[in-house]
Amino acid sequence: MTASHWILAAVQALLYLALAPLLAGWLRKVKAWLQNRRGAPVLQPYRDLFKLMHKEVRVAHTASPVFTSAPYIVFVATWLAAATLPLLAVDLPTAAIADIIVLAGLLGLARFFLALAGMDVGTPFGGMGASREMMISTLAEPAMLMAVFTLTMTAHSTNLASVIDFQLTSDFTLRPSYLFALAALVLVALAECGRIPVDNPTTHLELTMVHEGMILEYSGRHLALMEWAAQVKLLLFGVLLVNIFFPWGIAQSFAPAALATGLGAIVLKLGVLGIFLAVGETVLAKMRLFRAPAFLNLALLLGLLGLLSYVILEVGA
Amino acid sequence: MSLTELPLLEQFMLVLSALVLFTSFVLLAQARLISTIHAFAWQGALVAAVTTVVAATGGSGHLYFSALLTLGLKALLIPWMLHRLARRLDLERHVDALDRPVPVIMAAVALVIFAYWLVLPMVAEEMIFTRNIVAISLSVVLVGLLMMVARAQAVVQVLGFMSIENGLFLAAVSATGGMPLVVELGVAFDVLVAMILFGVFFFQIRESIDSLDVDRLRRLTETAEDDA
Amino acid sequence: MSAALLLVATAVGLALASAAVSLASGAWPSVLRRVGMPLFGLAGLAAFAGGLTALVQGEVVTATLPLGLPWLHWQIRLDALAGFFLVVIGVVSFAVGLYGPAYVRGMEKGRDPLAALGGFSGLFLAGMLLVVLAADAFVFMIAWEIMSLSSYFLVAFHHENSANRRAGFLYLLMAHVGGLFILLGYAVLAGFGGGFEFAVMRSVELSPAWASVVFGLAFIGFGMKAGLVPLHAWLPEAHPVAPSHISALMSAVMLKVAVYGFIRVVFDLVGEVHWQWGVVVLAVGSITALMGVLYALMQHDLKRLLAYHSVENIGIIFIGLGLSLLFLATGHSLLGVLALVAALYHTINHALFKGLLFLGAGAILHSANERDLGKMGGLLRRMPWTGFFFLVGCISIAALPPFNGFVSEWLTFQSALQAWQLESGVLRSLVPIAAAMLALTGALAAACFVKVYGVAFLGQPRSRQVRHARRVPFGMRVGQGLLAALCLLLGVLPTVIVGLLDAIPRQLLGEGLPHATAEGWLWLTPVAPDTASYSAPLVVLLIAVMAGLAWWVWHAGGRAGVQRCDTWDCGFTPPGPRMQYTAPAFAQPIRRVFGSVFAIEEAVERQEDGSQRYRLAVRDRAWNLFYVPVVRAVEASARQVARLQSGSLRVYLGWTLATLLVLLWIIS
Repeated sequence: MTASHWILAAVQALLYLALAPLLAGWLRKVKAWLQNRRGAPVLQPYRDLFKLMHKEVRVAHTASPVFTSAPYIVFVATWLAAATLPLLAVDLPTAAIADIIVLAGLLGLARFFLALAGMDVGTPFGGMGASREMMISTLAEPAMLMAVFTLTMTAHSTNLASVIDFQLTSDFTLRPSYLFALAALVLVALAECGRIPVDNPTTHLELTMVHEGMILEYSGRHLALMEWAAQVKLLLFGVLLVNIFFPWGIAQSFAPAALATGLGAIVLKLGVLGIFLAVGETVLAKMRLFRAPAFLNLALLLGLLGLLSYVILEVGA
Repeated sequence: MSLTELPLLEQFMLVLSALVLFTSFVLLAQARLISTIHAFAWQGALVAAVTTVVAATGGSGHLYFSALLTLGLKALLIPWMLHRLARRLDLERHVDALDRPVPVIMAAVALVIFAYWLVLPMVAEEMIFTRNIVAISLSVVLVGLLMMVARAQAVVQVLGFMSIENGLFLAAVSATGGMPLVVELGVAFDVLVAMILFGVFFFQIRESIDSLDVDRLRRLTETAEDDA
Repeated sequence: MSAALLLVATAVGLALASAAVSLASGAWPSVLRRVGMPLFGLAGLAAFAGGLTALVQGEVVTATLPLGLPWLHWQIRLDALAGFFLVVIGVVSFAVGLYGPAYVRGMEKGRDPLAALGGFSGLFLAGMLLVVLAADAFVFMIAWEIMSLSSYFLVAFHHENSANRRAGFLYLLMAHVGGLFILLGYAVLAGFGGGFEFAVMRSVELSPAWASVVFGLAFIGFGMKAGLVPLHAWLPEAHPVAPSHISALMSAVMLKVAVYGFIRVVFDLVGEVHWQWGVVVLAVGSITALMGVLYALMQHDLKRLLAYHSVENIGIIFIGLGLSLLFLATGHSLLGVLALVAALYHTINHALFKGLLFLGAGAILHSANERDLGKMGGLLRRMPWTGFFFLVGCISIAALPPFNGFVSEWLTFQSALQAWQLESGVLRSLVPIAAAMLALTGALAAACFVKVYGVAFLGQPRSRQVRHARRVPFGMRVGQGLLAALCLLLGVLPTVIVGLLDAIPRQLLGEGLPHATAEGWLWLTPVAPDTASYSAPLVVLLIAVMAGLAWWVWHAGGRAGVQRCDTWDCGFTPPGPRMQYTAPAFAQPIRRVFGSVFAIEEAVERQEDGSQRYRLAVRDRAWNLFYVPVVRAVEASARQVARLQSGSLRVYLGWTLATLLVLLWIIS
């Protein structure tokens, strides 16, 4: 592990921050095309973040230090969770921390403070958003862990770099358990990132808000941090899905050519994922809140079926 | 023999049988009648696909014909007949939700684990690959029975019965490389006749008790209860 | 006498001294505050030191005390397991000793008998210390009874309230029924071994049937004391009723003594374990954890909520113990050791953060005289330090990095994820399902503590009392601060702690966890580095670096400071305290999703004066399903037995004659 490897790890972490608004912009662009509009430029989220950074911050009289510190905690926890996930290369030194359960724990920490921030100001909108978010995350957590267990049973490790390595080094096999785990993780990712059909990220009606409700009171750089954190979370789940299940293209050495291929591969894969996500968001409608448990139960069922197919179909005697 | 050592086609067969199990869960829990019929059609198509793969990996040639028959019957004809029946009985928008979905799904998962445990002692080392699919088929049969127990609407009960038949067919195809063609044709005809008779019965039931909820078929009890 | 044993003996002595001094202090109430509680705290410190020494040295020290029956003197044994539990007892008792004086000062003006409070607290601590040290069944049961009885008097401390008396009675009843089961378990072991000493019991070989009988008796007996579902009904009644520092002791420490008893009997004394036991313990543990947290979510009384969370965490500890039994019985001893270490880690974690949370609840009770979440709000402004420490406790219990709760959950998940090594396919599917239930429990716990912290400390105050809450005294803050610092320490240095814990399975089971600490103090690698690794210090460092970076880039750039303004009100009236989300409101989505688990009565009633009243009652289903039938059966059989009392003298003489005949026949 030389110094250049560490620098590369730092570059990867910064690359996450840099690419997240791009993914969000691409999503919006594709959705606009599907709706027969031209849509905002793909780089618009960068301009939005820059604008928010320079705006004045207004905090309610009733807000406490939890409110003002929560954006930093949420941003850092989400960024740290993402930064260790292999994006370009598999064998970076930070990959040793890239444990799936640690990732879930860091995202849980971010969500905890986000919900507290929603409760802090003492308005019903924040409380509503916080309570709904906790219900959705409560049901999404076992589904995600069940899908993770299915992967772990095959790859024998919870370290993401090991899982990706396992997939790269084994021959091309069609595993039913991976198929179910992928489906479950897609549903969980939709719920966790607050996309349609679970939550509408572009709504303006407070009674339909989940994530937006919790950050309703934020302004200026605090709002920029919260929005950026949400974009990083979407990128995190996207990278998780494409790099674990379709890891081909990721750099397995540190040669510049391999890294360039890795970057190109991930950009391509995320672009395709963005198209699928945009199509899904256009075709589906947001569900009523109390239909979200049925949605997440389906994810849990898929995870369970993945586990059962592993036990029944994929193991020898 | 672990998964990675199997040829690609046989891995594909495993994927297909896992998807058959998934469709039987969908049949169990899906509330809307039309969607349930569609899920049954997909199950039939997947079973036909498994039959095709078995034929491709060196089974008898008549399996292709068998697959075509299953596809035509189970995936196209019978769902179309049920669809037409539903339209004539004014059931197109019918929703028949389970009142306690979570315990029913948990029971179905338990049935799958139980089916696996039952099939475990079947030895014959080289048959392990097919033994696993037999476990899936047994699960499909048991979940189909559970579906007939848990759901009260008559058309859904028929679907449960049909999915039991799907499971048995899957077991036969994967474990023994298919039944003789004559038996296949006989079974297919039986199923078709059963469907037609079911159709006739539904109209009779609805005329006498004015509903298709099988829980209402209680006139034959010892106690002198009058079902108005 | 070894240093460890000397320290522990000092601890017991100090605890008894604290009891004696307080009992003798009748007319001078301030004696409890000035002498009694400091002695209590010192006893805790001595116990902590002694236990730590025993754990580090890793030796087994035995002693015989000249007490007890002439032919059966009391045997004492201090090994690594006992040392660990002494550490648990000691550290929480020390924190309570720091916290207690300020807390009881508020009671000095009233009519509560503080002498009894101090006396029974000291006895309680002494009882717990002796249970952990016991090396024969007599000492164990005597110390167990001391522990139960003294805690009964503490639970019934505010006995003017009839609900408290009922809670105390239920607690005493269930403690004694549990004690009977434990006694029967020891009786079986002693019967086969021919003696009451643990050394004798350890060496006896039981047939699988009898071993299962002992396991069942120990599981029910210790489970009743620990609070496993469905034997948990006393916990949410008794823990809220006691004074807060006693609730902290009971929840954080006494439940762990029950866990100690279970580990001692099943892992140490019985010897050969069976995989069916593991499945039973795993199943009961999972159900306990899930039920505990679901019921906790529905509570709005802060202390009752924390009591239900104790049920949940005991369930998590037993999940670890069940996994351990399962792996040990199927021959995977390394994994069994890992699961045991995970369970023990969670034991000390729970002691720390539950103690912290109960002390915080006590601080709120002391300052605002309020236990109901529906009347609290905005307390962070009135008690900033308590709020900060309570936040640490909330994050720890929600199992979030970088605090300690996350480490023990991570270890439990890692041991569950090794289930792919089991041979049985059925077990390979059941263990991940239990792990998914654990994940659900963790997520629900996080939701519950967002609710608690958000409703109690954030937002606006919902009542006058809370709006004018007093400041929390220094001593109470120090006690909480100590526990909060330890929560962080155990979260950031897990490798050191696992290294310390390693001595326990090495003594009990003959092997330790060499891989866990093999990569140095920075990395925790339970099985192998590329299977799973967690570096808490690195995570904390990275969080600090990134947070510093973010702060520097966006805050220190000299931009305009933060301006205060009103909250967003949609253009209607300004939001008042009553428009905030309340605790039942926050839990409503979850209540609706998991509705069939509870027995819920919810209604909006119109009153005579035209106003509307919302009524919500959530009852424990276990009460109707399990306890009421048992009580009815006992009453019915008691009625049958009461027929013996026919009132006629000759009938009684007839019974005497019949008994005499039967005895003579048996003797012959």
